[in-house]
Amino acid sequence: MAVCLALPAFAQDSVAPTVDNSPEAAQVLPETGLAAILGKHAEAIAKPSRRTIGPVIEEIGAAGEGAPEFLEAWADKRVGQRASDGRFFLIEKVADGYRLTDPATGADAGTAAKSDISELRPNSGVRGVIASALVASQLNDPDPARRQTALDSLARDGAAEHLEPLRASIEAESDPALRERKERLEGLLTLRFDADPAARIAAIERFSGDLGLDVRAALNPIVTTTRRAFAGSPEGNVAAVLRPGRQITAEEAYTLLVAQDLAPARLTRADLRAALQANLQDGQVGGYALEELDTPAARDAAYTALEQAGIVPAAATDDEVTALVAEHSFADIYTEPNADVTSAARRALDAIETKVGVMQAADLGLDALSLASIYFLAAIGLAITFGVMGVINMAHGEFITMGAYTGYVVQLLIPDYTVSILVALPLAFAITFAAGVTMERLVIRFLYKRPLETLLATFGISIALQQIFKNIFGTQARPLTSPAWLDGAWVLNDVVSISYIRIAIFVLALIFLGVFLFIMKRTRLGLEVRAVTQNPSMAASMGINPDRINMLTFGLGSGIAGVAGVAIGLFAKVTSELGSDYIVQSFMTVVVGGVGNIWGTLAGAGLIGTLQKGIEWLNPSNTLAAQTYMILFIIAFIQFRPRGIIALKGRAAGD
Amino acid sequence: MKFTKSLLLGKGLATLFATGALAEEDTIKIGVLHSLSGTMAISETTLKDTVLMLVDEQNKKGGVMGKKLEAVVVDPASDWPLFAEKARELLTVNDVDVIFGCWTSVSRKSVLPVIEELNGLLFYPVQYEGEESSKNVFYTGAAPNQQAIPAVDYFLEELGVEKFALLGTDYVYPRTTNNILESYLQQKGIAAEDIFVNYTPFGHSDWSKIVADVVALGADGKKVGVISTINGDANIGFYKELAAAGVSADDIPVVAFSVGEEELSGLDTTNLVGHLAAWNYFQSAESPANEEFVAAWKATMGEERVTNDPMEATYIGFNMWVNAVEQAGTTEVDAVSAAMIGQEFPNLTGSMATMLPNHHLTKPVLIGEIRDDGQFDIISQTDPVPGDAWTDFLPESAVLKSDWKELGCGMYNTETQTCVQMKSNY
Amino acid sequence: MELKPGFLSKNPSVLVFLLVLALFTLGVTLMSEAYGSGAISTSFVKTLGKTLCLCLIAIAMDLIWGYTGILSLGHFAFFGLGGYMIGMWLMYARTRDIVLGSLTGLPPTPQEINDAVATQIFGVVGTSELPAIWSFAGSLPAQLALVVLVPGLLALIFGWLAFRSRVTGVYLSILTQAMTLALSLYLFQNESGLRGNNGLSGLQNIPGLTADQDHLSVWFLWGSAAALALGYLLAAFVTSGKFGSVMRGIRDDEARVRFLGYSVETYKLFIFTLTAVIAAIAGALYYPQAGIINPGEMAPIASIYLAVWVAIGGRGRLYGAVVGAAFVSLVSTWFTGGRAPDLNLGFYTVKWVDWWQVLLGLSFVLVTLFAPKGLAGLVDMVQGLRPPKRGGAPLGPDDGSLQEREANE
Repeated sequence: MAVCLALPAFAQDSVAPTVDNSPEAAQVLPETGLAAILGKHAEAIAKPSRRTIGPVIEEIGAAGEGAPEFLEAWADKRVGQRASDGRFFLIEKVADGYRLTDPATGADAGTAAKSDISELRPNSGVRGVIASALVASQLNDPDPARRQTALDSLARDGAAEHLEPLRASIEAESDPALRERKERLEGLLTLRFDADPAARIAAIERFSGDLGLDVRAALNPIVTTTRRAFAGSPEGNVAAVLRPGRQITAEEAYTLLVAQDLAPARLTRADLRAALQANLQDGQVGGYALEELDTPAARDAAYTALEQAGIVPAAATDDEVTALVAEHSFADIYTEPNADVTSAARRALDAIETKVGVMQAADLGLDALSLASIYFLAAIGLAITFGVMGVINMAHGEFITMGAYTGYVVQLLIPDYTVSILVALPLAFAITFAAGVTMERLVIRFLYKRPLETLLATFGISIALQQIFKNIFGTQARPLTSPAWLDGAWVLNDVVSISYIRIAIFVLALIFLGVFLFIMKRTRLGLEVRAVTQNPSMAASMGINPDRINMLTFGLGSGIAGVAGVAIGLFAKVTSELGSDYIVQSFMTVVVGGVGNIWGTLAGAGLIGTLQKGIEWLNPSNTLAAQTYMILFIIAFIQFRPRGIIALKGRAAGD
Repeated sequence: MKFTKSLLLGKGLATLFATGALAEEDTIKIGVLHSLSGTMAISETTLKDTVLMLVDEQNKKGGVMGKKLEAVVVDPASDWPLFAEKARELLTVNDVDVIFGCWTSVSRKSVLPVIEELNGLLFYPVQYEGEESSKNVFYTGAAPNQQAIPAVDYFLEELGVEKFALLGTDYVYPRTTNNILESYLQQKGIAAEDIFVNYTPFGHSDWSKIVADVVALGADGKKVGVISTINGDANIGFYKELAAAGVSADDIPVVAFSVGEEELSGLDTTNLVGHLAAWNYFQSAESPANEEFVAAWKATMGEERVTNDPMEATYIGFNMWVNAVEQAGTTEVDAVSAAMIGQEFPNLTGSMATMLPNHHLTKPVLIGEIRDDGQFDIISQTDPVPGDAWTDFLPESAVLKSDWKELGCGMYNTETQTCVQMKSNY
Repeated sequence: MELKPGFLSKNPSVLVFLLVLALFTLGVTLMSEAYGSGAISTSFVKTLGKTLCLCLIAIAMDLIWGYTGILSLGHFAFFGLGGYMIGMWLMYARTRDIVLGSLTGLPPTPQEINDAVATQIFGVVGTSELPAIWSFAGSLPAQLALVVLVPGLLALIFGWLAFRSRVTGVYLSILTQAMTLALSLYLFQNESGLRGNNGLSGLQNIPGLTADQDHLSVWFLWGSAAALALGYLLAAFVTSGKFGSVMRGIRDDEARVRFLGYSVETYKLFIFTLTAVIAAIAGALYYPQAGIINPGEMAPIASIYLAVWVAIGGRGRLYGAVVGAAFVSLVSTWFTGGRAPDLNLGFYTVKWVDWWQVLLGLSFVLVTLFAPKGLAGLVDMVQGLRPPKRGGAPLGPDDGSLQEREANE
């Protein structure tokens, strides 16, 4: 910025361009038109502020040729100021600097070195003002994209003066979608700004029951109220009369009176203390010894003594407060003066709000479903290793992490996000499958008789793996980006929406549920797994190799964890701690659901997800509390159903 | 017997601990107290590397007072009690002359009593919540009035925001900062019901509900802005959800106090273009000193690495310390502390940083818009703002001030004209 | 404690342990900066003092896991609660001294003192009200009582609920883990009134004492050593005799003990609560030495580490727990201290700060696989005790049945 401020003399002098002693500049700068205006306001344009730039932009907008292009370029950060003479150019980055275009004439003005040009970067507030100024001209632009931009700007900061140009442009609109949007915006602007109350009420009624956020955003300002105290009866467009002791406490009422200077402020403890302190004489205040004043009662007494001596102003007593409150009336007053408009708006809003409530519940339900599917995905691998085999695998979280890092590495190698995800999913499965099998062969198979010790051994593996990830990938979070077709959200209306990536995770969870069921119920492997789980020695005598089955089962559970890792990495972060964030929740999901049953895990995930979102809804400002109470609930739940929601019965349920 | 063995082992260890670092006498030792493992390693390892790089460069220039610098790196492992233990070890066993370290407030609070007891010297390089000024600490990061308040002013003045969502991770920096901001906003005429506050746990990843809540705030027609004090990698999930919900910076701008180049390197920023961050430094700052610093960093750590604000704070602190030592002619803490006050050193954004008597720096406040390459466009830069240890926007601390030069007190009550306490009440 | 005649003679290891502990304490004192040569720095004295507290909680863990077979992954919650209870007094009393020193003019009302203390303690987390749980914080005896009562009650209620519903084995482990997670999440919230994530800090400065840290650290070492000695005696007493036999019976086959007519749940509940109280006392001694307590201390991982210490030291032996806790935590300190020499492999230099966790993790695995008795197994080897070699096919239907090779011996 120092560069562009180096020429303040030029900016001030340019009001009279003849003073300019640079022959080149004098030659180029005309007396009027865009160039002159730019010269005049060089400083403001170089360092604009939303509060002050309005008139300048208006002036530029009226400058005629080149003005809209200049404003557009300015908002797009395509304008630069040349350090040597302070002039503005439309700029385009080229290899070793910028190509310049004169904004007024559109003529090529050569190139400039990088150091010679300071790019203008108006902030988004200023960009909003610029866009607003461009609305009128863009509304009828032949380019639909420009018209769209204009409408975006209108939706953001529509103003009364836009109403006429907007109305005028509707007739000529050829694009049906844009036309519909224009009509909607026209209605919204009408209900806010039209001079005729009847037109406003008609517009309000048109939107009755509409769930759009923009409608509520337009209606709510109409029904804003201010709370005021009146010496007589309330004046203005009264929304509600407040009687002290009922709709408003006496204390609040008095505070309101103080705020409006209708009553003196009450004496606070700090004031009392300060007053006593100020009147301390010879270790005495109002006849009371300093040492005595360590109770509120003694201090009150001392203050009363000072009051009686006339040294301090009298503080309002309770009786006076009551009397003053009784003398006044209190009311909420609409800022909008027209009562018909406010009551129409109130009616419309009431109708909308009931619907919004229902929709919010639906949205919350979707969120809960999504969270449940994430927990399910994280826990399904555990449901196999822990639920079916009874092996506590504390390194399960690290398998999830491993999957996520696989996704990251694949994206480094394959830049196309869609392909890389398609490669990453099976690869993650393969890698974690291999890791799981290795772990089972090297460690876990020696510990099948000692389940608590697998917990320790796998915990050791868990912290070792976590540190190894840190050593390889560093401690920074790594990017794992979803393909473009998973960007954005499925929007039902302005209240209910859910991101595609969450839907994808939900679908993935369903697929895994299906795969799991298929393998366990319909394949030879599943049959053998169930046999080995129930009675290894009997299964062995039937010709099943329990070692092999255990190995494969464990590999399957780990492999699913890897795939879950890719999915979780897509919607959250990829760090070495990704998995350990989910491990405790995953165990709880399995335990709450009931060990050894995939439907139990599903129910567990559903319960935990719903519960957490429910508590979050009750206490929106503290997400931590939701997690705390959810865990407490689970602890309590297990007391009553120690075997989970869906408990196995009979011999299979043995410890 | 095993017991005697373990005893001997203990004693053997003790001697190892006691005599572990018998290095050559002619060096000046610098302690580096940043977590290299655990949750905070994400942020803190960078600062450890920064200090090591600065030490290296200084040694190439000939060291300080003709002596080489020697960095003693320890790993407090994101474990707060361990910070105190390691600080004591650095000061008593390694006899370091200065410590560069800490990131979280709680780690600083853990170290404070040790540093004050043993009269050590700590340079703390991270933006923090203020409400503290210790004789033995120099705060080279931003106080709230050097980051939070100007950012909110920017929201109010430039973006016309009328309704605020203060989202933060649940720990002391967001708590105190939001508290100050709530009080400040109300003084600016924002009604209490127009301020929505939410706290999430560290590493939170499920943001859909919170983002939906923020969007719903716009229902009363007021422009909504988000002030984010969300820490570390939780930001990634937050921004991803924000992008998925299609919240554009023009509709609901987000200004973050803890998101810098480092955090953005963990995600794709194409959908976040236009959202804001407030810092005292951005890598994109245009100054020769910065170009040199960035180049040196990339040469040491690799081309893909980025620089960030706490690194600049470390850079300023380190260089000021070097100059103060040269000026004092000794590494003795009291002399260096005295020489520190009034030190000037050009910061990387082109202006001059001055160490104030309250042990805080003057810093320019920069507001940057996120670009699609993960860097920031600097769209606003103020003149250097003097750091204020005790905020003026909370009634209890408005009456407090810190002045180690004239008053020799870090918590001086200007109303009663007494020094509330000499040492910090951690 | 009334020792039966012959208690010590039946438990020779107790005497040896106490002797070693006394020698150790004496040795450290004589080498400390405050009372001796100064060969051991104050920070290391503190580390040793803290290690003794960890040994104490390891004994508690050994009682509940090694002897009773309940793998509790939640004992650090009690440890932390003990620390919080004593921390409240330390913070309150210290702050009150500061406040009284700084208030001038009118003598303060109790309300004003309370408010000023609250502002000092809670200003940093943005409130200035003293929460109700701080009601007793001004009184040392009350907080000392709470050190025992709060964790004890929590353990009693939690244990009663859990054991009554016959939650056992792995489920109980996960449930205790959930408990400590819930507690740490709860304390992370500012609303819990214990300063959230910041926790309580500056605990090393004891109000009313002017001694410096050099002396304090040695005093705390003595205190911790005394607590450890008493804890060891108590544990040895509990585990010897009939009570101990029932405990081991529950560990080996809970159902059989129940069928023999013992109230398994009551035994478990007693041990659970007792160990919780021991853990809390260890915590109350630990945190004034550490200087700060924060909810992160109670994260589930801490309790898992505790189990690992006991496993490495050797379960079912009290000295095993002590040795394990001391060994692992001290070695850990050494490696993370950055003073372990780098290991140059030629192609790669192993920096221990980066690789220590890996080494630690792998050693858990190895100990679990190859040395289920942990370090204490070494003592057995010295004494010539050797478990039968199990292997080959089992000769009976149960897991515990003789196996081929065992039978041949």
